[in-house]
Amino acid sequence: MNNSIKEPFLHITKRKEMAWQKAWAIRGGMILLALVICAVITASTTELSPLAVYGTMFKGALGSARKVWVLGKELAILLAIALALTPAFRMKFWNLGGEGQVLVGALATAACMIYLGKTLPNAILIPVMFIAAVAAGALWAMIPAYFKAKWNTNETLFTLMMNYVATQLVAYYIIIWESPKGSGKVGIINQNSEAGWLPVIGNNKYLLIILIVAAVTIAMHIYLKYSKHGYELTVVGESQQTARYVGIKVDRVIIRTLFLSGAVCGLTGWLLVSGSDHTITTTLAGGRGFIGVMVAWLAQFNPIAMVASSLLLVFMTRGAQEISTIYGLNQSFGDILTGIILFCIISSEFFINYQIHVRKAAGKEEANV
Amino acid sequence: MKKKSLIVLLAIAIVAMFSLSACGGGSDAGSGAAEGDSDIMVGFICLHDENSTYDLNFINAAKAACDELGVEYQIRTNIPEGQECYDAAAELVDAGCDIIFADSFGHEDYMIQAAKEFPEVQFCHSTGTKAHTEGLDNYHNAFASIYEGRYLAGVAAGMKLNEMIEDGTITADKAKMGYVGAFTYAEVVSGYTSFYLGAKSVCPSVTMDVTFTGSWYDETAEKEGANKLIQGGCVLISQHADSMGAPTACENAGVPDVSYNGSTVDACPNTFIVSSRIDWAPYYKYCIEAVMNGEAIDTDWTGTLATGSVLLTEVNDQAAAEGTQEKLDEVKAQLESGEIHVFDTANFTVDGKKVDSYMADVDTDEAYEGDTEVISDGYFHESEFRSAPYFDLQIDGITLLDTAF
Repeated sequence: MNNSIKEPFLHITKRKEMAWQKAWAIRGGMILLALVICAVITASTTELSPLAVYGTMFKGALGSARKVWVLGKELAILLAIALALTPAFRMKFWNLGGEGQVLVGALATAACMIYLGKTLPNAILIPVMFIAAVAAGALWAMIPAYFKAKWNTNETLFTLMMNYVATQLVAYYIIIWESPKGSGKVGIINQNSEAGWLPVIGNNKYLLIILIVAAVTIAMHIYLKYSKHGYELTVVGESQQTARYVGIKVDRVIIRTLFLSGAVCGLTGWLLVSGSDHTITTTLAGGRGFIGVMVAWLAQFNPIAMVASSLLLVFMTRGAQEISTIYGLNQSFGDILTGIILFCIISSEFFINYQIHVRKAAGKEEANV
Repeated sequence: MKKKSLIVLLAIAIVAMFSLSACGGGSDAGSGAAEGDSDIMVGFICLHDENSTYDLNFINAAKAACDELGVEYQIRTNIPEGQECYDAAAELVDAGCDIIFADSFGHEDYMIQAAKEFPEVQFCHSTGTKAHTEGLDNYHNAFASIYEGRYLAGVAAGMKLNEMIEDGTITADKAKMGYVGAFTYAEVVSGYTSFYLGAKSVCPSVTMDVTFTGSWYDETAEKEGANKLIQGGCVLISQHADSMGAPTACENAGVPDVSYNGSTVDACPNTFIVSSRIDWAPYYKYCIEAVMNGEAIDTDWTGTLATGSVLLTEVNDQAAAEGTQEKLDEVKAQLESGEIHVFDTANFTVDGKKVDSYMADVDTDEAYEGDTEVISDGYFHESEFRSAPYFDLQIDGITLLDTAF
């Protein structure tokens, strides 16, 4: 039998449910492997002790009260974007337009601060900014959703392209608002009057942002898990046919879900401009519209688990920045380490879900990794 | 259910790993960070890293100044012009820095924010415009009279044009230069105008086209901009943007190039003539020494040829006209002695008329209105009323191809 059928050297099959102890052994093993690979690369390309480098990363992310607050803020912003993408992803609508949806939200916020900052008191201005940002983000996401629902256009490309439109829109308004003229920067908006700035509570300027995102996280969890909407969008994601059969209006669910997705992105833009940066630039979202995709995937679209996966990514970014500062290494070095660790984490999911069979010369013996 | 806790545990596991290794390597990591308070500690914030010629120029100066004075320092690279700049400044304060420098125009507002919060730390911002109106004791601006350096670079360019006219490559009326600028505000206008006036001082028929990229670092746009200028008939290119885009385009097309921020002769051996740059080391040394001695730092500090802040690289004989170095030495001496002035009103016109009076926008305000008379004794007094340039006249002979930015 073995001689007559040619068996490939490697083949892959999907596993059945794996015992959780075993899954965790694989995850732990892959993280250890990642740290070992990083250590080898650090030792061979620099003259630094890998342990010292790991220690510095840790200090860079959590080494002082301020660093913890900054980490918390960065985590909150990244988490908010990942949360925004999640309902769309659960519906298998690949919203890659987080970047653009955040930017238009930020743009709407900045516009309110610039044009209404002198006339409205903060008590009215901030809610107005909030509504404008949420509406702008929602609108930006609903355009591709409408086309998807009506004509089944490819949402991946459509949302991706909307990012570039949003970036150019922001670039256009920067030229109108720039200070001084011709410098290409808006600078801090209302630096002296602080009109439209989120209030500082509890003596820390980032606390309010963190609390708002915490509330959004819980709300999103409840929405997805317990609401009828959340159930409907999951059904649409599993099978549009089934959804239609049970009487769900698929078009409406798509548009409604993207409204929510865009609205939370817009809210993040509002947090960035009103709460943290107080300016508008084309790089304000800073790629987080895409990193958010990874956060959501890593947590398998579970809002609570996303807290941990965004912590992981922000921790790595902040740590990488610290090693480039302390050791005078190029920032790319930190990116390499981050890349290796993420690669190992993602591949551990592969090994949990699939089994690799290696052909043995003798015959049927199997090795699984 | 399970998956949720999986990820949480995963993150905890990683953090635990790191904390273990942190204990193991603690002593090593400590030597890199600030320990003793007996010495001065210096922080630097850079927009990009050493891949940008602009930031490399700052980083080199930072290292040179700190090594010479024997002080500890930290350099934070790739800090965007947003809240990250404030966070970086605050973290440098936490790390024990007594004085912090930032290198990009857009960092200014965030440096001011940090300066207000940490009055015991000195904040110095290169290229900014607000220190003289902000009224903070610990916030300072600096620039250099780089227009003199660009004027000298322009003289070298003009001599190259003269050589091309003499050997018949071009006729005198075809002596057109091209200039790739980043944005349209005074810093860039002052730069290209002084470059043009330098060339005109030796080659009277010269004209110049200027294009803008809308970014300080966009290699593709700068390269395309240079190519567009070359196709438009420009026979020599210069730039005020920070990538290798324009010099590379020139080398490929065989068009002579005057670069900026430092020599590009290694990448462009056949076309690089000379480059002007600001050496920030004298300013850094001045400020750090002031902090060491407990002295006040100037609100606005302008480096000059005399302070060693404005430099020209070595002339590349492969591309430059004969006698360029001698001529540059001669003109430099005249600039230093005050015998000639870059923005002498006898040497340029606006709409065909000589300019005898100009109110420049020295104090930044929302109206962008002129507030200070800057022409007296027959020349435009650049970088005297504040360090950052404010020359923004559109003089005759220079054509702006696009002013979108």
